[in-house]
Amino acid sequence: MPAAQTAAPSRRRRGALRRQILSSSLLESLTTPHGVDRYLEILKPSYSLSDGRAEVLDVERRSVDTVTLTTRPNRRFAGFEAGQFVRVGVEINGVRETRCYSPASAAGRTDQVELTIKSHPGGKVSNYLREHAQPGMFFELSDADGDFHLPAERPERILLISAGSGITPVLAILRTLLAEGHAGPIGFLHYTPGADHHPYREELERIARENPNVALAVSYTREPADELGIEGHFSAAHLNALAPEHGEYETFACGPEPLLDAVRARWAGDGIEHRLHVESFTPPLLVAAPASGGTVRFADSGVEVSDDGNTLLEQAEAAGLNPEHGCRMGICRSCTCKVRAGVVRNALTGDVLEITDGEIQLCISSPAGDVELEL
Amino acid sequence: MTQTTHTDPRTLTPSQIESFGAELEAIRDKHMADLGERDARYIRSIIKAQRGLEVAGRGLLFFGFLPPAWLGGTAALAVSKILDNMEIGHNVMHGQYDWMRDPGLSSKGFEWDTACPGDQWRHSHNYMHHTHTNIHGKDRDIGYGILRMSEEQEWRPYYLGNPLYATLLATFFQYGVAFHDLETERIAAGETTWAEKKPILDGIIKKMRRQLAKDYVFFPLLAGPGAPFVLAGNATANLSRNLWSFMIIFCGHFPDGVEEFTEEECENETRGQWYYRQLLGSANLTGGKLFHIMSGNLSFQVEHHLFPDIPAHRYAEISVEVSEICARYGIPYNSGPLAKQFGSVVKKIFRLALPDRKPEPKAQRLSDPLEPERPAERGLIPA
Repeated sequence: MPAAQTAAPSRRRRGALRRQILSSSLLESLTTPHGVDRYLEILKPSYSLSDGRAEVLDVERRSVDTVTLTTRPNRRFAGFEAGQFVRVGVEINGVRETRCYSPASAAGRTDQVELTIKSHPGGKVSNYLREHAQPGMFFELSDADGDFHLPAERPERILLISAGSGITPVLAILRTLLAEGHAGPIGFLHYTPGADHHPYREELERIARENPNVALAVSYTREPADELGIEGHFSAAHLNALAPEHGEYETFACGPEPLLDAVRARWAGDGIEHRLHVESFTPPLLVAAPASGGTVRFADSGVEVSDDGNTLLEQAEAAGLNPEHGCRMGICRSCTCKVRAGVVRNALTGDVLEITDGEIQLCISSPAGDVELEL
Repeated sequence: MTQTTHTDPRTLTPSQIESFGAELEAIRDKHMADLGERDARYIRSIIKAQRGLEVAGRGLLFFGFLPPAWLGGTAALAVSKILDNMEIGHNVMHGQYDWMRDPGLSSKGFEWDTACPGDQWRHSHNYMHHTHTNIHGKDRDIGYGILRMSEEQEWRPYYLGNPLYATLLATFFQYGVAFHDLETERIAAGETTWAEKKPILDGIIKKMRRQLAKDYVFFPLLAGPGAPFVLAGNATANLSRNLWSFMIIFCGHFPDGVEEFTEEECENETRGQWYYRQLLGSANLTGGKLFHIMSGNLSFQVEHHLFPDIPAHRYAEISVEVSEICARYGIPYNSGPLAKQFGSVVKKIFRLALPDRKPEPKAQRLSDPLEPERPAERGLIPA
C-alpha cells in the first residue's frame, strides 16, 4: 500500500521533531529545576524522555499461576535481544518494587513486549501482578540486559530447553527465529507440572503443526506420558526423542537449578559444554545466616545498623535506603556495590570473604562481621 | 490560646521524660508501619495540582495585558511556588517519601523552585537546624545570622535595624535561605574564610542563575511585547512566596512561649530529652485544611520537629495524639492562630531591636510568662 508506506515515515519525522523540541535546552531552561519529564508525566505516566516506562494493554491469566501482560513501552525503550531480561518496577502500596523478567515476545519490536509472570509463594511482585494487573496500568521498564540471548549470527540448529517460567526467554528465541523465517531445525523441550500450568500450550502446539522444522516435546511432570513417551524430568530419552544429535545444536536452557544441573552434566559428559547456554530462573535458596554481631555502615548515607542476619540489600532497605537493585537473586548485578572494608558471606554458597575495596552483590551477600559499604 | 497546659514541667522526673519519649516513639512506629498507598496518592495529587497551577499561571501571564489574566496568572504561579517549596520540596527533601523508592520523590535528588540549592538545604536545615533546634550557638536558624531573635544574642547598636532587616529578609527570603549556608557572620568573625565557602557560593550562584533566567529572561522574552507583564507577574509570585514562607517559618520557633536552650543543657541528651526539647522549642498554627497544605503543614511545627521524616499530611492526625500526651504529662503545647502567633513574633523583632530593659536572671527570662516561678532546667538534665 503506497499510502501506508508514506504515512509511516512522516509520522516518524513528526515524532522525531516532537522529541527534539521536548529535549531542547530552551524547554529545559523553562522547566528548571524539575525538567520536562516531570510535566509530561502528569499528562500520561509513560510520557518520559529519560525513563523507560510501559503501559499494560492486555492481561490474560492463561494458567493457574501465571499472568501474561501485553505491554507498550515508551520510546525510551531500546528493545532487547531474544533471551535477555528487563527490570520492571511496579508500585505496590506506594512502594516501587523492582524485579527482572524476560520478555517472551519476539525481539525486534520495541513497541510491544509480552511478559509472562509466574506467581510463586511469597513473591510480592509476581502475586501482585497475578492478582491485580489490569489494562491501563503503568510500570517502569529498564533497558534489556543479560548474556543469555540468541547470538547475532543465528546458529543453524537450535535446541531450547525450559521448565516452568523459564519458558519465557526461550520462547522469545523461538518466536524471533520464526519471525525471521529461520529454516534450520529447532527443538523445544519444556517441563511443566501439568497442562493447566502451561500458558503457551496452544500456541506451541500450533507452531509445531505449522512449522515442519520445529519439533516440540512437553513433559507434564505430574501427568502420565504422552504419545512420544515423554514423562517425568529431563532424561536422555527426552533428548533422543527430540534431537538425537544434540551435539550439532546450539542449546539454550532456562529453568530451576536441578534441570540445569542435569543438562550441564549431560553436555559436560558429551564434551560439548561450549554449545550450551543456561540461565537459572528461580530464586536460589539463600543460606540463612545468624546475625554476626557486626556493624553495617552505609558510608555515603551516614547510616549504621547492627547486622540482623538478612542480606545487605534487605538491611539497607530496612534502614530506609534505596539501593538500585533488580532480580534479588544474584543474576542481574544491578545491586553491585563497593565494599570499603568488611567480612561478607555469599548467601548462595555460604563462602565468607574478607574484602577491602571490592565489589559485591547486595542481594546475595550478608555480613559476617563489620562491613562498610559505599552506599 | 498560646499554651494549653500550665503544669510546671519541672515536675517531670528523668523516668517520666523517658516514658514520654517512649510514647512519642510509639506514635512514630505506628505511622512508619502504616506508610503506603494513601501517602503516595496524597503527594502525587499535590504535585499534580502544583504542576497544573504552574502551567496555568505561566500560560495566563502571556495574556497579562488583560488585568484578570494577570491577576489570575500571578496568583496561580504564587500558589504553585508555595506548594512547590513548602508542601512538596521541604517535605520531600526531609525524606518523607524516600520509602516509595521513586527517584522523582527522593530526598537526595529533589530540587525545588527557589534560589537555595537542594543539597545545601539538606545540610543546613535537615541536619543543623533539626538536630540542634533552638540551641544557641548551634541552630543558625535563630535570627539567620542577621536578626536578633533572642535575648541570648548580645545587643549591639547594629540590632537597632532589626525591624528593617526582618522586612528585607522577608522580601528576599529565598535569597536569605540560599545564602544561609555561606555563614557570612562566621566569615566576618574570622571563623571561616571566603575561600573555604567558595564551593557553596558557586552552587548558590549556579542555581540562582537558572532560576533568574527562567523567571526574568526566558518567560518574559517568550511573551514578546507582553514581557513586562510576565516579568511583573513572576516577580510578584516570587515576592508572595517569600513573604508567606517567611511568615509561616518565623511562626515555627519564635512566638511567645517557645523555649530556647544552651549547649550545656543539651549535652548527652537522651532520646526522650531530645523529643522534649523539640516540643518545647516549636509552635503550631491553627487553621483549616487548605491553610495547612499552603503552609506545607509547617503549621504543625511541633509534630514536624518530633517526626521530620513522617509524611507531613499526617501531622494533623498526629497532633491530636501528641497534644493528648502533652496534656497528660503537663507539658505546654504551643498552638495559636496565625495573626496571634505572627503578632508576637513581630513584637519580639521590635522589642529585641533595643537593649534589654533590665537584665533578668536566666531562670526568669526563660520561663513561661504565666509561670514566673518556673526555673530554667525544665527537667532536661537528669536530676
